[in-house]
Amino acid sequence: MSKKTIVSFKLNGTATDVMVEPRELLIHTLREKLSITGPHIGCETSHCGTCTVDLDGISVKSCTVLTVQCEGAEMLTIEGFAKGGVLHPLQEAFTQEHGLQCGYCTPGMITRAYRLLQENPSPTEEEIRFWMAGNLCRCTGYQNIVKAIQYAAAKMRGESVTSSHPLMAEISA
Amino acid sequence: MIPRSFEYHAPTALPEVIALLGQYGDEAKLLAGGHSLLPMMKLRFAGPGHLIDLRKVAELKGISVVGSELHIGAMTTENELIFSKLVAEKLPLLVEVARQIADPQVRYKGTIGGDISHGDPGNDHPAVMMAMDATFVLVSATGERLVKATEFFHGMYDTALTPGEVMTQIRIPVPPAGTGSSYAKLKRKTGDYATAAAAVVVQVQNGVCSAARIALTNVGPTALFATDAAASLVGKPIDDAAIVQAAKLAMAICEPVADLRGDEAYKTAMAGQMVERALRSAVSHVK
Amino acid sequence: MDQNVENHGRLEKLEGIGCSRKRREDPRFIQGKGNYVDDIKLPGMLFAVMVRSPYAHAKIKSIDTSKAKAYPGVHAVLTADDLKPLKLHWMPTLAGDVQAVLADGYVSFQNQEVAFVVADDRYVAADAAELVEVDYEELPAVVDPFKALLPDAPVIRPDLDGKSVGAHGARKHHNHIFNWQIGDKDKTDRAFTDAEVTVKQDMHYPRVHPCPLETCGSLASYDAIRGDLTVWITSQAPHVVRTVVGLLSSIPESKIRIISPDIGGGFGNKVGVYPGYVCSIVASIVLGRPVKWIESRSENLTTTAFARDYWMTGELAADRNGKIKALRVNVTADHGAFDACADPTKWPAGMFHVCTGSYDIPNAHVSVDGVYTNKFPGGVAYRCSFRVTEAVYLVERMIDVLAQKLNIDKAEIRKRNFIKYEQFPYLTPLGLEFDSGNYLPALEKVLEAVDYTALRAEQAQKRADPNCPTLMGIGITTFTEIVGAGPSKSCDILGIGMFDSCEIRVHPDGSAIARMGTISQGQGHQTTYAQIIASESGIAASQIAVEEGDTSTAPYGLGTYGSRSTPVAGAAVARASRKIREKARKIAAHLLEVAPDDLEFDLDQFKVKGDPSKAKTMKEIAWAAYNNVPEGMEMGLEAVDYYDPPNFTFPFGAYLCVVDVNKKTGETKVRRFYALDDCGTRINPMIIEGQIHGGLTEGFAVAMGQELPYDEQGNVLGGTLMDYFLPTSVETPHWETDFTVTPSPHHPIGAKGVAESPHVGSIPCFSSAMVDAFAHLGTTHFNMPYNSYRVWQHAQSLGL
Ligand SMILES: Cc1cc2nc3c(=O)[nH]c(=O)nc-3n(C[C@H](O)[C@H](O)[C@H](O)COP(=O)(O)OP(=O)(O)OC[C@H]3O[C@@H](n4cnc5c(N)ncnc54)[C@H](O)[C@@H]3O)c2cc1C
Ligand code: FES
Ligand code: FES
Repeated sequence: MSKKTIVSFKLNGTATDVMVEPRELLIHTLREKLSITGPHIGCETSHCGTCTVDLDGISVKSCTVLTVQCEGAEMLTIEGFAKGGVLHPLQEAFTQEHGLQCGYCTPGMITRAYRLLQENPSPTEEEIRFWMAGNLCRCTGYQNIVKAIQYAAAKMRGESVTSSHPLMAEISA
Repeated sequence: MIPRSFEYHAPTALPEVIALLGQYGDEAKLLAGGHSLLPMMKLRFAGPGHLIDLRKVAELKGISVVGSELHIGAMTTENELIFSKLVAEKLPLLVEVARQIADPQVRYKGTIGGDISHGDPGNDHPAVMMAMDATFVLVSATGERLVKATEFFHGMYDTALTPGEVMTQIRIPVPPAGTGSSYAKLKRKTGDYATAAAAVVVQVQNGVCSAARIALTNVGPTALFATDAAASLVGKPIDDAAIVQAAKLAMAICEPVADLRGDEAYKTAMAGQMVERALRSAVSHVK
Repeated sequence: MDQNVENHGRLEKLEGIGCSRKRREDPRFIQGKGNYVDDIKLPGMLFAVMVRSPYAHAKIKSIDTSKAKAYPGVHAVLTADDLKPLKLHWMPTLAGDVQAVLADGYVSFQNQEVAFVVADDRYVAADAAELVEVDYEELPAVVDPFKALLPDAPVIRPDLDGKSVGAHGARKHHNHIFNWQIGDKDKTDRAFTDAEVTVKQDMHYPRVHPCPLETCGSLASYDAIRGDLTVWITSQAPHVVRTVVGLLSSIPESKIRIISPDIGGGFGNKVGVYPGYVCSIVASIVLGRPVKWIESRSENLTTTAFARDYWMTGELAADRNGKIKALRVNVTADHGAFDACADPTKWPAGMFHVCTGSYDIPNAHVSVDGVYTNKFPGGVAYRCSFRVTEAVYLVERMIDVLAQKLNIDKAEIRKRNFIKYEQFPYLTPLGLEFDSGNYLPALEKVLEAVDYTALRAEQAQKRADPNCPTLMGIGITTFTEIVGAGPSKSCDILGIGMFDSCEIRVHPDGSAIARMGTISQGQGHQTTYAQIIASESGIAASQIAVEEGDTSTAPYGLGTYGSRSTPVAGAAVARASRKIREKARKIAAHLLEVAPDDLEFDLDQFKVKGDPSKAKTMKEIAWAAYNNVPEGMEMGLEAVDYYDPPNFTFPFGAYLCVVDVNKKTGETKVRRFYALDDCGTRINPMIIEGQIHGGLTEGFAVAMGQELPYDEQGNVLGGTLMDYFLPTSVETPHWETDFTVTPSPHHPIGAKGVAESPHVGSIPCFSSAMVDAFAHLGTTHFNMPYNSYRVWQHAQSLGL
């Protein structure tokens, strides 16, 4: 076992210090030591994206990043999205457009979509599909995830938005 | 999926890197984006005693035009290539290949230097480097040397890099007017390595091919430089017959290994198909 | 106020059946506050990993755990020898076989569980696992079920040596598990002899894996002082796990609490009981500390529960007009090294006998042989009811083959053979009673929506053009699913009938809690069950909490798989709600001083017939239930219902798919996929659509790429997400969905269940399209998966 070191970074806006072995993977530090259990483990081989966090302005798979590499970093996880009880437009959008089922991929999806919308505030469906392809979902078939990201993009651009699943569409009084 | 223990170093300047390499010798591994190395360490296929992280070394970053060449720092990531206006303008092929590598998250971390240095025949940059006639800058305690892409790849995970050496920069000549290029990759899905892929760069003057370079991905122990195939194009219009002929010559040098992507016959045939696809696309891009 | 507007407002507030109510479970998931097994941390918790066999078949000469035990931070290393005194080294499977918990002297599949290392954390455990030294003597492996049945094939299960009878009757060979037959063989054979036309087709449904995004795992915590065992587990059937754990450990079920917290997808993978679960429980009992075991993705893909691996031969007899006279099926089922199929006890091939499909076939006979091979155990229902995907695949493929032979259009031949609307309830020749269906309008709606005639014209044009670089294929399926296991007269698991249950308590303020025996893995039960209660009892869905997954609070239920939640538990919910409503009626009558029969139920209140101004809302009634009930009535407003369905339900659909295949590379593009589903009454259209998208995507994955092949030595290939095909947003096609509504006559609210139809129905549709692309060249079938490599090989074999 190698000597442990202290790593300091900003996690969802809060200065954080954590003691780790150099080999410790960021996903384990977050989940086991910092009670950040939003990002999940789906593969550990950098394929599924459910461990995605935002690190210094890029989306990374935290199963393939060493915690020691994060010294001085700014980190955003799903836990940092809602502010003062108000959901982030992406969070609202995933519910309104039914962009999740079992919810296991959702934190990674939303975190990744956040960075995408920072870089491209008005992505087309094709661009969304291309730039979200590092995140696997086994439940939704992606169609409603695409819609959710478009919904959030519109809302973030200040446009008015409505769910494409109206509550009473199939009900007549 | 847990790596073995190691010591971690994060030097801030190139001389420090060289010194650490000197100090730890065989025990040490450079860490760039980590998206080839860390997976191997997690599988315990690799277990370096010391990891030297290049992320703070400023000398390894940056993209600039120097004379007739584009100089790209080894630590430039795939997404930085994709987002770079300079690269899009001068070397669109580099954007084209980077978009076909792995997935968005991997591209934020994976570096062009790491992709080349790793010596994996499945990686996409090596063939593109050959096709673009790139030169690599390798720095060690004894100084700097330049190695051509066509001379860099010796075998599976075996390159011209010697222990103690760092790749600092990739230099690529900016192609003259009349050049078209393309990278065609057949893969099973996003995030997969190529079943077969082809990088081509052609120059066309008055409808006739004046120069051509073709290289292949993942159909041999290294990327393969398809000289005969390229030579067959020169001096003729790049028409259907010429394209099919070049593809045949490229297939002749393939020596792929069978795996779940396909057997030797399929991979060889696909190398031919990708050469055809890339040539057609390159010709349509000539400007 | 306009009555309609007012009603609409009340309906909107009620959020009952038919509403696209937004999901109640979403707030926690979108904020990273889901609670999955690996998210749970207990004081003093240890972490365990499994040491697994690199060989598919080997004798274990010795295991040396001393170095691993000596490694700092290691608490225990368990092997079969440690489990023997507790009689836990073997465990019963759901199929009446036994399975080694930790290898007992030999291993019979690659990655079989050999030792269990328990340490302070996963890093130490990983290091120590490398230090366990196992001395193997490799034996020849057999991975082909046909070779396994050769006289001199290696003996895969020495523990069964000399046993000529298994759980499902006679065994004819040392690697044979069972033969199961259904239908009238003589009549069927005669129909074949007399037939004008017969067709026959071999097909392999490859070994695949459900691969939910969360792998399996458990966290066991044994309290030695109280004698209580609590286990958090990734299980689709927590009560069944409790019964199994009770049987194994001799701890009374009253002392065992199984909790399925949030589950990151199941799709059949999380029905069984796995060695890792058992070991974590034993380790916790032995060490007196909580022990967590979470499998890696590769362990998941190569050890816990494959699906399919059916080698099927189908035959149809028909007249020249394509009217089918008989179906004959022979199956060789590769069950791997232990028979751990998740099937109702009496049916070792599950509900495979739904294989006569949507067609009026007078005669049928099916024979299935189960075979041991040196492959990992399983045989689960991957997003389907037991073996239904295989059955539907068979009949949908066969009717296409017949159409081709007779040169009749695929849509037309289906129309000629459909069971007609008037024929329902329809008794199939294999003994199932289809509850309801209306197949013809469904197919016609689809054909019109896609302009089938134009598609066929385009295809003809492309086929005529030798320079066309692509082959166009059109696939059709008109499938019938069987879900909702099931009537306990025919379905049980470990002797427990496959009923399900619901308990509702209405609180004094008119809000309510409902507890269920099922467990959601993304299906949105918290949302939809509340909608049923809302419509049936008049309590607004927003006022209803739904709880599942904790055996200490939930009534016994058989769990969620085989789309059984809506047909079975959903019915229990409706019936419990109706019990609440009827008690409420009596209280309302008492309050309004009228007879109960003078009241009518109106959305959220009871009103006096003919005098609508006199009414009591459910809220008022709930309050009264706790202080002012009619004489002789018990206080409170609660109901429990255990629902044993009289029959299965039979959802159906009509799907159409268009593919374009690159002749030279085998690359395939799904240009269009149109899915019409009929799942009876639609509880939440938004959730139904989501389930259909998901099922279609999984069907696409199976058809186009999923496979867990083996080499001759018994090494399982493709056990990582690099090779195992999970499509990303780029590969996944765009889905078009549609519906008709044919309610189930025997279900209290007419609902049939939906989540699995799109998986079951889409896979043969992709095959139908892929084969169709080559049909003009004489192809009648080629096997999945249709990755570009395999498609290219097929094109090459035709000289393209
Ligand atoms: C899921 C997934 C999919 C992928 N798909 C593709 C793909 O389709 N195509 C593709 O090309 N790649 C693919 N990759 C690999 C990815 O692009 C890697 O990032 C890349 O191969 C290595 O770059 P890196 O910066 O991550 O290097 P690292 O992993 O950090 O290093 C790789 C090797 O190169 C050495 N090295 C790194 N930098 C230098 C340097 N400057 N000088 C000397 N030696 C150095 C390291 O010591 C190490 O041995 C994939 C990876 C993953 C995880
Ligand atoms: S767990 Fe990190 S990508 Fe799957
Ligand atoms: S919602 Fe289950 S994996 Fe995406």
